[in-house]
Amino acid sequence: MTIQEALFNYCLRLGDNSLILSQRLSEWTSHGPFLEEDLALTNIALDMLGQSKSLLDYAGKVEGAGRMEDDLAYFRTEREFYNTLLVEQPNGDYAKTIVRQFLMDAFDLYFYQELTKSKDATLAAIAAKSVKEITYHLRHSSSWVERFGDGTEESHERVQNGLNELWRYTGELFEMNEVDALLIKEGIAVDLTTIQPKWEKTVREVIARSTLKLPEQSFMQSGSRKAVHTEHLGFILAEMQHLARMHPNAKW
Amino acid sequence: MSNTKDTQGPIWEVFLQRKSGQPFVHCGSLHAFDKEMALQNARDLYTRRGEGTAIWVVLSSAIVSSSPEDIGPFFEPANDKVYRHPTFYQIPEGVKHI
Repeated sequence: MTIQEALFNYCLRLGDNSLILSQRLSEWTSHGPFLEEDLALTNIALDMLGQSKSLLDYAGKVEGAGRMEDDLAYFRTEREFYNTLLVEQPNGDYAKTIVRQFLMDAFDLYFYQELTKSKDATLAAIAAKSVKEITYHLRHSSSWVERFGDGTEESHERVQNGLNELWRYTGELFEMNEVDALLIKEGIAVDLTTIQPKWEKTVREVIARSTLKLPEQSFMQSGSRKAVHTEHLGFILAEMQHLARMHPNAKW
Repeated sequence: MSNTKDTQGPIWEVFLQRKSGQPFVHCGSLHAFDKEMALQNARDLYTRRGEGTAIWVVLSSAIVSSSPEDIGPFFEPANDKVYRHPTFYQIPEGVKHI
């Protein structure tokens, strides 16, 4: 594997995370629990779409085969997506959506903080811009986890169920393969072992403050580094891509 | 405002400051269950396009308002007292926000 191939894969991994989570959050648009929260989540979805746009645009340039961000978003199949399994999980109720967001926001914050030091100037610049947005996303999602956890009996139960269901997808966040090894050596990629303790600390603190329990299960689902996904991704892509595939090169 | 079936939380009033040193100006209202949520919602609703650099939120119920009947005794006596208006001298150049 060349550095160029590794960097292409790395950009897809990051861009696909933002793209698929943005698509999931967009499903809530106009269905939010109340107007203000509907807008807040839609706004976060839009931030993440912006991140994925920059990352996939850069991926296309790194690949050098003339593919643009839209080609990568709309004309790849399920086995060509590298987003982590956590972001493709269904929204469930609002508590589950918020837990998924919280787990990912905490990861993204520490990840992109480190990525600002990347020797790749484009990735460092995208990271610097994203950190400001993600700091706010984490503030939003963690305050909701706390509010649900420390709220009524029902909200506590719902957020705990969400956490229990999603916990098995968190191990994969820190998996590294030859892409990471190659790019870490070049000073481009983030060594995920350095951010794992920070992520765990934040997650533990918020969960304790929210009177929730950290799931005890140790089995962790894995696969996305090899583009192997849960059954949900295919349905997301079908919805997300059908218009672009029906009308290729359409402009609006 | 005190609709007991309202599940969206109490109403808060939002004030934005465009730049440091300028007055906070009322820009609208929103629903939120607590202070932090009110601040976050204000940010999402009213400052996404760079409208401000600082936000105040205050519970609508904490605001004391004059009523329409107060217009006579409160405001009309001012009309015939021109000497209370600063119209008899020039405002020096460079003085802003008056």
